[in-house]
Amino acid sequence: MIQKTTIWKVSTVLLGIGLVSVLMYGCPSQTEMLDTGDAAQRVYVAPGEYDEYYAFLSGGYSGQLSVWGLPSGRMFRNIPVFSQDPESGYGYSEETKPLLMTSYGFIPWDDSHHPELSLTNSMPDGRWMFINANNTPRVARIDLTSFETVETLELPNTGGNHASTFATENTEYIIGATRFSIPYDMDMDVPIDTYSENFDGSLSFIGVDDETGEMSMDFQILMPPYHYDLGRAGKGPSADWVFFTTYNTEEAHTLLEINASEFDKDYIVAVNWKMAEEYVREGRAETVPAEYYHNMKDENTSVAVSNVHDEVLLLDPRDAPDMIYFLPTPKSPHGVDIDPTGEYIVGGGKLATVIPVHSFSRMLDAIDNDAFEEIINGIPVLEYESTIVGEVENPGLGPLHTEFDGDGHAYTSVYISSEIVKWSLETFEVVDRIDSYYSIGHLMITGGDTPNPDKRYMLGLTKTSRDRFLPTGPKQLHPAQLYDISGDRMEMLLDFPTIGEPHYAQAIPADQIRDNVKQIYDLDANNHPHAVKRTADARVERDGDVVRVYMTNIRSHFTPDNIEGIRVGDEVHFHLTNIEQDWDMVHGFAIKGSNSAEVLIAPGETKTIVWHPQRTGIFPFYCTAFCSALHQEMQGYVRVSPADTDVPLTWRTGED
Amino acid sequence: MNRTSRLGLFLAALLLIPVFFTPIWSITLTAPQYPDGIGMYIWVNDITGHERHDIQNINILNHYVGMQEIDPDQVPTLDIIPWVIAGLIALAAAAAATGSRWLAWIWVALFIISGVAGMYDFYMWGYEYGHNLDPRAAIKVPDMTYQPPVIGRETLLNITAHSWPYWGTLWVTLSLLTGTGGLFWDRIAKKKGR
Repeated sequence: MIQKTTIWKVSTVLLGIGLVSVLMYGCPSQTEMLDTGDAAQRVYVAPGEYDEYYAFLSGGYSGQLSVWGLPSGRMFRNIPVFSQDPESGYGYSEETKPLLMTSYGFIPWDDSHHPELSLTNSMPDGRWMFINANNTPRVARIDLTSFETVETLELPNTGGNHASTFATENTEYIIGATRFSIPYDMDMDVPIDTYSENFDGSLSFIGVDDETGEMSMDFQILMPPYHYDLGRAGKGPSADWVFFTTYNTEEAHTLLEINASEFDKDYIVAVNWKMAEEYVREGRAETVPAEYYHNMKDENTSVAVSNVHDEVLLLDPRDAPDMIYFLPTPKSPHGVDIDPTGEYIVGGGKLATVIPVHSFSRMLDAIDNDAFEEIINGIPVLEYESTIVGEVENPGLGPLHTEFDGDGHAYTSVYISSEIVKWSLETFEVVDRIDSYYSIGHLMITGGDTPNPDKRYMLGLTKTSRDRFLPTGPKQLHPAQLYDISGDRMEMLLDFPTIGEPHYAQAIPADQIRDNVKQIYDLDANNHPHAVKRTADARVERDGDVVRVYMTNIRSHFTPDNIEGIRVGDEVHFHLTNIEQDWDMVHGFAIKGSNSAEVLIAPGETKTIVWHPQRTGIFPFYCTAFCSALHQEMQGYVRVSPADTDVPLTWRTGED
Repeated sequence: MNRTSRLGLFLAALLLIPVFFTPIWSITLTAPQYPDGIGMYIWVNDITGHERHDIQNINILNHYVGMQEIDPDQVPTLDIIPWVIAGLIALAAAAAATGSRWLAWIWVALFIISGVAGMYDFYMWGYEYGHNLDPRAAIKVPDMTYQPPVIGRETLLNITAHSWPYWGTLWVTLSLLTGTGGLFWDRIAKKKGR
């Protein structure tokens, strides 16, 4: 039998070993403990309280835009933009389908990378959000009073609109560019290895109407056949300029990972857009054929309408001197970011060992002094030494994107070494670094791309989560990390899952949007051609095979809710008007056997879904949105008879 | 009547004018889903929502228990009250102009009778509205009625109704006080003068 004292002795020794091992191995580093000790309190937004910031995260390959609160990391809404959304009926309803039209037909998907808030004096004004479609090049505008996509514009002569959307100082232009150079002539069928002869680059300048937000393809600039990666508009002294990064100045067309990584330096492209605009107004641009779609929700009817354009203005730098320059930048640069003062142009050389920083004022001097290495297609290449003012050493492996805190520091995301480095804009030395989980792409600081950043929060948008959350199979979510940057050192507060694959994000103080958000659509202002504003006007009309059901929704019934005389082969348009005028009182509509989706109808709104009945029988329809205590009773029947039936077309509600 | 008393009556006439421009009563309904409440103002000639669509939204909520729709055009009292007020203004003005004590006392009497009748009508409107329920209503709670209080607060199922006088009532009260005050001043002055 073992003595009690022996047990105590053994226990004490084991406990001692345990303590030592915890101290030596098990404990997270001291700094991490200090950094995150009260993180929960700092991100906690009590029930019923509001977040300080709206954050808008691009959905990447979901084609959507998600809306979040900071610092809580709570998601409020997921806005379909370049994607069909069976939940709301976006891209399924007749009112929204035109927004997904392109010169290639109806395209219900895209890859959306960079959201951009509309700007006034380079500061977000909370009016609109823009976002790009990378694959079939487009730009969309989202109205921030309704959080709905209201406009899309296709970019001609563009292969992958990646360097988009970024706005000039007062949203005069939204920029775009071709990520993949392609032949400029439409539908040109040429051997791929004639790349250098037949392929061209392009930069796009999309005009934005200051009052309405309506976009137009104002002009494009013809560029050498490189790849144009990212862009930014200048601010302050550099506000008349926009900047793009290039890669593949090698003009490779196969195995780019090797062939486009040969040269020591590629370029940052600096474009004086004011000058370019003047050249275009002077008539120096050529009108070239280009087919592209412009789709916009009509203000009056709320129905989106497509317009097809057949030409675009093209400006050739050889005909437009002094407006565009190349700044040599190591090495296949990705991000190009302008500091709050507008003086520093920071390249993110994803294969470079340093972060190169150009000076805008030195760039102007170099231009004045003709410090050119060579001239390519009318574009002078400035000498590297003439514009560079700093190279940040030891930035980690694979620096990509930089934002600023307005307090003399820059923060660069570093992909390969999975970290964020903070460096000084005075000494160009790294002053702090923090891990990201894992493989960070963009980062976003509250106001970090404006002249007046809020030195509050930083969001890291990472590409892989691996072991960070409960696993959900071989495909894991893409997370975001929230950091507090108000102090000297970066502190991680929160790690949260996101929707889709957020590339970039925007944030804006909540009160700049909150007070302008609509609660209802005004029924009196509903001029939809198929709206019915009173239950008494609900009806069904037949015109050949087309049947139009003019239906009202109100708690808790449809009018009409019994419809007979529909025939197999009909094309039935359900025009649903939600005649409620109460905030958040949404009704839905779905019918059995529909090959489409449901539609959600906001108060005061009219939405149309088309149904092709293929069989005879009784087809129930119902309200999909839990609207009221008697929501489950909000339903009806459609009787479908054979094509040659003599069942008359009738409809009713509340009559036997 | 002396100058001061006539001035009092004239002021009483003037004080009734703003009654046409502000609601006399306000009923607010609060519920878990309506933390800020929805509600209606009762004017001398109309019923309106606190917000533009409140009447419509109240009617939608009320239809579940079978209450009638609130429709200002169907409330006959609202056609009468403006004339009553106008009459009281005219009478007070006439009494002030002529200095007739008889007219003044008739004014006071009519004022009080109208006021009591108005409150009774308001009560009856609420009674009728809260008791006369559609027998085919979706939600039927045995013995439950939905009469809003004339004044005060009452919880009816999930909704709390708050019923309180509004600015118009203040003008009416001040008018009555000023007018009768003038008359009493007249009596006192008369006694002293003798």
